[in-house]
Amino acid sequence: MIRIENLVKSFGPRRVVDGLTFNVERGEVLGFLGPNGAGKSTTMRMITGFIPPTGGRVTVGGYDVTESPLEAKRLIGYLPEAAPSYPDMTVHGFLSFAADMRGLSGDAKKKAIARVVELCFLSSVLHQGIDTLSKGYKHRTCLAQALIHDPEVLVLDEPTDGLDPNQKHEVRNLIRELGRRKALVFSTHILEEVDAACTRAIIIDRGRMVANGTPQELRAMSDVAGAVTVAGQGVSRDKLAPLGRVESVDGAYRVFPAGAFAPGELMRAVVDVATREGWRLEALRTEEGQLDEVFRRITLPDTARA
Amino acid sequence: MNSAWKTVRTIARRELVSYFVSPVAYVFLVIYLLLTGFFTFTAGGFFERGEASLASFFVWHPWLYLVLVPAVGMRLWSEERRSGTLELLLTMPVTTWQAILAKFLASWIFLAIALVLTFPVVITVNILGDPDNGIIAAGYLGSLLLAGAYLAIACMTSAMTRNQVVAFILAVVICLFLILCGFNPVTDLLARWASPAFVDTVAAFSVITHFDGFQKGVIDTRDLFFFLSVIGFALFTTSVIIRNHRAG
Repeated sequence: MIRIENLVKSFGPRRVVDGLTFNVERGEVLGFLGPNGAGKSTTMRMITGFIPPTGGRVTVGGYDVTESPLEAKRLIGYLPEAAPSYPDMTVHGFLSFAADMRGLSGDAKKKAIARVVELCFLSSVLHQGIDTLSKGYKHRTCLAQALIHDPEVLVLDEPTDGLDPNQKHEVRNLIRELGRRKALVFSTHILEEVDAACTRAIIIDRGRMVANGTPQELRAMSDVAGAVTVAGQGVSRDKLAPLGRVESVDGAYRVFPAGAFAPGELMRAVVDVATREGWRLEALRTEEGQLDEVFRRITLPDTARA
Repeated sequence: MNSAWKTVRTIARRELVSYFVSPVAYVFLVIYLLLTGFFTFTAGGFFERGEASLASFFVWHPWLYLVLVPAVGMRLWSEERRSGTLELLLTMPVTTWQAILAKFLASWIFLAIALVLTFPVVITVNILGDPDNGIIAAGYLGSLLLAGAYLAIACMTSAMTRNQVVAFILAVVICLFLILCGFNPVTDLLARWASPAFVDTVAAFSVITHFDGFQKGVIDTRDLFFFLSVIGFALFTTSVIIRNHRAG
């Protein structure tokens, strides 16, 4: 549904987005990760047609966003960063305006408003002025606006920013739910959300894509991925050493496989050693890798890596 | 085409309603009506003139609008930029032109409402005497066009900045220039050293020159064209500013 080819955006001499290429298909929830200023919001603004790209192409549902902006925009629901809305309107008035703008009228409009009000839990504030709402409600009002025409493509810029933990949980569930039928892109810098909601994640840094894969694939890029951690009475470093490099972590030992071990093989080898030596184990697990470690490693500047 | 017009109507309605949900609209209307009353009857010497006309009413409009119209137009775009709703609005299926036209029309309608509310002065002059209502109608048309020209300029300055005060001041300065280049004391001053052709050229850019005809009951196509082209030019510049702003 969304195709991005070699997308470039420069503000003066500064290249904010530098040659991004990726696709998002229906049924996919793409997490868009990156440090602040990496170009996430700029990319989303180009997808939604708010700012024109300096180079490259964005097509949504087959429509080039620069050449046929109206057709492309009709397919998109967009939650901008900071979730703006008109403070002088009521929630209902605002949603009614959004519905009118999307060409909904009569019964279809009434149904659409009722649907998003329920989805975003807005019924208790429906006739309240937006300027009197708390941040969480304002945020969800803007989210409701993005969903009003049941768009095929959803672009959400930090959809859980400023929400409390319960609201975050609800919004993540909503994203996962919506993602089954739509092409959905959302940006975040909260890494748990990648696990909680994404089918795929992209990490960008200084306008370039530095990683692209499922959450499992990204985690596998971690240094600790595949290592086995073992703790218990009698566990000794020397017996583990033949299997690979051993590090002591909080009273446990972590074995990093030497050479290529097939998945699960290192674990079996460790269990064999433990059985032979008669260790009384308290913990034994294969590390999946940590997203935050991957994130830090691949988005830090070269000088900071040393 | 039909759906394009519907979009314009939707945005214009939202804009117009937003004037009336805040007290600003009512404050504006009250001040406007008080000032027109004061200028017409006290400063303009409505009764002393001894003639059944609204000359003392219309003659003040270029000056009155100088402050009031930029106050109406200053928030049109700067507020959207400041609050980030510009991004929301322009990522909906709407062209920049539809949005500009809608916002302009909404404010123009608001100013038209203000103008319509001056109807008691028409009734008054009709009770007291026997004025030429054709001249009065032409005056109202001119006044509406004058307000539209100022408003388009305020729309343009509003697109330049996210600060409403800056937008207001810029609009006042530009509108003041459009008054002064045809204002008699200024043209007399110019005539001392410049050629008459130059003075006429400068004066041709003045709203005073073009508003004059309407006050006398003459609807000249050149005057119509002047006001409409000021509106067209200012709105076109608005679209260029908004496009440039988005392009970064």
